[in-house]
Amino acid sequence: MEQDTITAISTPIGEGAIAIVRISGEESFAIANRIFPTKDLAKVDSHTIHYGSLVDPKTDEKVEEVMVSVMKAPRTFTREDIIEINCHGGMVSVNRVLQLILREGARLAEPGEFTKRAFLNGRIDLSQAEAVMDLIRSKTDKAMSQALNQMDGRLSNLIRSLRQQLIETVAHVEVNIDYPEYDDVEEMTHQMLVERGTAVKEEIQRLLLTAKQGKILREGIATAIIGKPNVGKSSLLNILAQENKAIVTDIPGTTRDVVEEYVNVRGVPLRLIDTAGIRETEDIVERIGVERSRKALQDADLILLVLNGNEPFTKEDAALFEAAKEHDIIAVINKTDLEQRIDLAEVRAVAGDVPIISTSLVEEKGIDQLETAIAETFFEGELDSGDLTYVSNVRHIQLLEQSEQALDEALQAVEDGMPLDLVQIDITRTWELLGEIIGDNVHESLIDQLFSQFCLGK
Amino acid sequence: MYDAGHYDVIVIGAGHAGVEAGLASARRGAKTLMLTLNLDLIAFMPCNPSLGGPAKGVVVREIDALGGAMAKVIDKTHIQMRLLNTSKGPAVRALRAQADKVLYQQEMKHVIENQENLTLRQGMVDRLLIEDNQVKGVVTETKACYYADQVIVTTGTFMRGKVLIGDIEYESGPNNQRPTIKLSKQLEELGIELVRFKTGTPPRVNSHTIDYSQTEIQPGDEEPRAFSYETTEFITDQIPCWLTYTGEVTHEIIMDNLSKSAMYSGAERGTGPRYCPSVEDKIVRFSDKPRHQIFLEPEGRNTEEVYVQGLSTSLPEDVQKKLLETIPGLEKAEMMRAGYAIEYDAVVPTQLWPTLELKTINGLFTAGQINGTSGYEEAAAQGVMAGINAAGKALNKESLILDRSQAYIGVLIDDLVTKGTDEPYRLLTSRAEYRLLLRHDNADLRLIDVAYEYGLISDERYERFTHKKQQIQDEIKRLEKIIIKPDEDIQKVIEEQNGTLLKEAVRATDLLRRPEMKYEHLKPFVSRETELPPEVEEQVEIHVKYEGYIKKSNQQVEKMRKMDNKYIPEHIDYDQISGIASEAREKLKQVRPLSVGQASRISGVNPSDISILLVYIEQGVRSKVSNE
Ligand SMILES: Cc1cc2nc3c(=O)[nH]c(=O)nc-3n(C[C@H](O)[C@H](O)[C@H](O)COP(=O)(O)OP(=O)(O)OC[C@H]3O[C@@H](n4cnc5c(N)ncnc54)[C@H](O)[C@@H]3O)c2cc1C
Ligand SMILES: Nc1nc2c(ncn2[C@@H]2O[C@H](COP(=O)(O)OP(=O)(O)OP(=O)(O)O)[C@@H](O)[C@H]2O)c(=O)[nH]1
Ligand SMILES: [Mg+2]
Repeated sequence: MEQDTITAISTPIGEGAIAIVRISGEESFAIANRIFPTKDLAKVDSHTIHYGSLVDPKTDEKVEEVMVSVMKAPRTFTREDIIEINCHGGMVSVNRVLQLILREGARLAEPGEFTKRAFLNGRIDLSQAEAVMDLIRSKTDKAMSQALNQMDGRLSNLIRSLRQQLIETVAHVEVNIDYPEYDDVEEMTHQMLVERGTAVKEEIQRLLLTAKQGKILREGIATAIIGKPNVGKSSLLNILAQENKAIVTDIPGTTRDVVEEYVNVRGVPLRLIDTAGIRETEDIVERIGVERSRKALQDADLILLVLNGNEPFTKEDAALFEAAKEHDIIAVINKTDLEQRIDLAEVRAVAGDVPIISTSLVEEKGIDQLETAIAETFFEGELDSGDLTYVSNVRHIQLLEQSEQALDEALQAVEDGMPLDLVQIDITRTWELLGEIIGDNVHESLIDQLFSQFCLGK
Repeated sequence: MYDAGHYDVIVIGAGHAGVEAGLASARRGAKTLMLTLNLDLIAFMPCNPSLGGPAKGVVVREIDALGGAMAKVIDKTHIQMRLLNTSKGPAVRALRAQADKVLYQQEMKHVIENQENLTLRQGMVDRLLIEDNQVKGVVTETKACYYADQVIVTTGTFMRGKVLIGDIEYESGPNNQRPTIKLSKQLEELGIELVRFKTGTPPRVNSHTIDYSQTEIQPGDEEPRAFSYETTEFITDQIPCWLTYTGEVTHEIIMDNLSKSAMYSGAERGTGPRYCPSVEDKIVRFSDKPRHQIFLEPEGRNTEEVYVQGLSTSLPEDVQKKLLETIPGLEKAEMMRAGYAIEYDAVVPTQLWPTLELKTINGLFTAGQINGTSGYEEAAAQGVMAGINAAGKALNKESLILDRSQAYIGVLIDDLVTKGTDEPYRLLTSRAEYRLLLRHDNADLRLIDVAYEYGLISDERYERFTHKKQQIQDEIKRLEKIIIKPDEDIQKVIEEQNGTLLKEAVRATDLLRRPEMKYEHLKPFVSRETELPPEVEEQVEIHVKYEGYIKKSNQQVEKMRKMDNKYIPEHIDYDQISGIASEAREKLKQVRPLSVGQASRISGVNPSDISILLVYIEQGVRSKVSNE
């Protein structure tokens, strides 16, 4: 049977508050244990669920709180050891979890691969074989067209040029090997190889950096709506989303958990996060909600800080400004249709440069101004990244990381004084990995390169 | 027609493929007949008088490990030998020998004449006898009927061969031998798909008319070398080759006469290999190069003919003469034979099983240049394998398929039957994924067990080999246990090699792993009672030094093997598998891969097609179980 361990997001992407990342294969428990230090999952009972934090073993940083289901072979869908990690449904968090697992040695599952394994391992009935094959086909076709849509022309051009640099280097090494008497080209030296390898590596690192920004744009800018209870946060979400997504009542403390919605404001994709009003509270459920609000605040790229114009500015409001000061903020003074008891000068003093917009959500006033302010923040700010090359597909990121690693190994080998024909193994590997990103992996092209680059013969 | 005899296996042709096929078949115990056009031209080298080089040299050793003759014969008949790529890693080192062309043929003929079970006859085969898609024998031009259920065709570039020089063309095999017309036509009539390939050769000049003072000498290695580990007598008096260059004037003449070149005159021609372009090709495609290398290679000890490597051409004879005059050292050279191109039929190799038997005709094998390859070593390699497998079939023994991690021979045949080729195929080290494992120094370690199991080598040779293997393992184990303390003596040695001094005691193997350290440096510190043979020391050093890379390669091989061991049922009907993409389906139907691994190497077959194939195969397995 196939031994390698595979992983994939097994819930529809972008839908639902919770996502599940599944791992299947011999290494499942080992991988999970490396990123979930809370307890030894290999020792717990099968079919149990465990709460704890995911930790990035490279940095020892906490990634997020998750629930982990442990299912031991053979009583599982694939008849292999399975781990399922339940995490927040947002793209950012799911991707982060997936990437951690990939980095720890799992392979991204091919379309339909869990089902394929389930069948090959005898879990799925013989009569279903046709259905399994159809599923693999249709999932593959879908994935392919998606991959094509996602592939930015600039990205594929850049990757092509990196591959070209690599293959020229490899062909150069190869010509020295296969035609040792050929004196037209200088002998490739370790130093030349280091120079070329390092140049490509730097490009790959740059791509990986922009990958994060690419992700932000694809999924939307994380935008947290915060404020004291009852100021109109949920109302704001509903208006921007043009849909009654969040419950609105006149009871303070209505929203008890984080509610998310994707919206597009003047071309800026936002992931709007409505939060529980922040206040000291005895109610245990509300308190958890408040905790989450603070977390959402931390993770957000943009904060819509809502104040109630009908009430005086308080210490708590000022504390919110203080808590959000690391982020882009837009202050919203709501309920302008009611009597204004807020002291604008006081707000201005605390808010500093932060834009202040007045709205009445019941009368739908000031929405335009708010939208303009949101758009301006981004189009004038750093996130205006029109000329960045976006890499955002998890698979792409994994392949880029592997390419970087392969190049590192090549450069390390040079340092260790390994002969070039061995160093070349990892350079070729880098070239192949980059090829997988753009779906080009024909081995023959090395030989084509060899004969087009050099004049060889008898 | 008369009944000329019955055999287990008949080999048509005694070129490099034919001789190894006949020898291997006979060694395996099959009563074998070898038929060829001219007994004076056995294992003839129509082009370069040289064997080996990167990848190819490794193949020569692989052939030797499988009991073949090429290595031992060249060891006896070369005029110089060199180890190439000595400054590079062990994976790419290789031997190359310049051959005495005539002695090589004589020696090979002698080997054949003395091989048990093998009969050598002169004759041109006109026709194969075939009944119900089963080979029954062959008929010669002189009406002799030889019968056998296995026939190996190794007719090289003779199939409807056509020689081209300028605007002159005539039907011919290489070197003005008679071409094979009827057999080629019959193959076509049998529904076998053929392609037209071409290749070429440079002029030869008289050594007395060369001014060597204008050239650079290229001597052989001083250290005696040999391809075969069985060789004990080494040739010491070697003959040098010489290096000179083309120049601007050479290139001008070529450009002025391009339209007269048989290759450039516009006529539709067969496909030539990119790696052996004619000099016309080189000048046209790399017009910015001011000069190209020309090697002058003597064709033997008892001849004055010199092969002008680098000047392969199909320009008219008079232009060839003019070209020679422009090359330093060759200004007065007398051209003894003109260069020419030759065009010939080849069998599309995806029609073959990996055993080299045709899928459509039982018992019919093809090997060598006829399968779309080029090169003596490539031909010989296929010959050995076809011989082993044809004999195996005749004797009801197992067939032998080498995989890509076992031998370059495995890479060669897998490439041919799985991917096919659209130009004459030459082995290159870069065609091998696991070239660190496919070294020339370990060809015996990779293949001797197989060779012994298949009855291709003697008991004595196997014993010698087992002993060597044991010595290597023991020595590595021993070194792992020896601790070297940082005393003055070792520090001195390390210093001499420009290494960093030891700070604490280390294992001998750790020290050997350092790039600057050699086994030889360690010897005084790891002393043993008896010296080890140099080839054992070499193995120990390589194993220890490159352990990390070797391990990595082995892991990849494991993966490949897993897929290669998943067999595809013989009568699988790809039309029944609905999910497979149509391009992949066509390819699979054509190639009919034996294993899922082989299927995955077909271009156009994607991972999802492989997944679907796996599910389909599993379905078959399970329904069979449930029916029982
Ligand atoms: C002009 C020329 C240039 C070449 N250049 C190169 C090069 O640059 N590099 C390179 O690697 N290789 C080159 N080669 C190829 C190299 O010579 C071959 O690859 C190699 O010799 C092939 O071996 P083979 O055994 O397949 O065929 P061959 O060596 O051609 O042997 C064919 C044998 O079949 C016999 N035969 C043919 N027809 C019949 C028949 N009907 N009945 C009985 N016997 C028959 C012949 O007598 C001969 O013994 C060149 C060949 C030629 C002719
Ligand atoms: N008059 C007036 N009332 C408003 C306005 N915006 C919201 N409200 C009302 O204020 C009350 C609270 O609104 P929500 O949107 O639920 O407030 P919230 O900030 O989400 O409250 P919690 O979730 O409890 O923290 C509701 O009764 C709304 O109808 C406004 O602009 N003017
Ligand atoms: Mg609310």
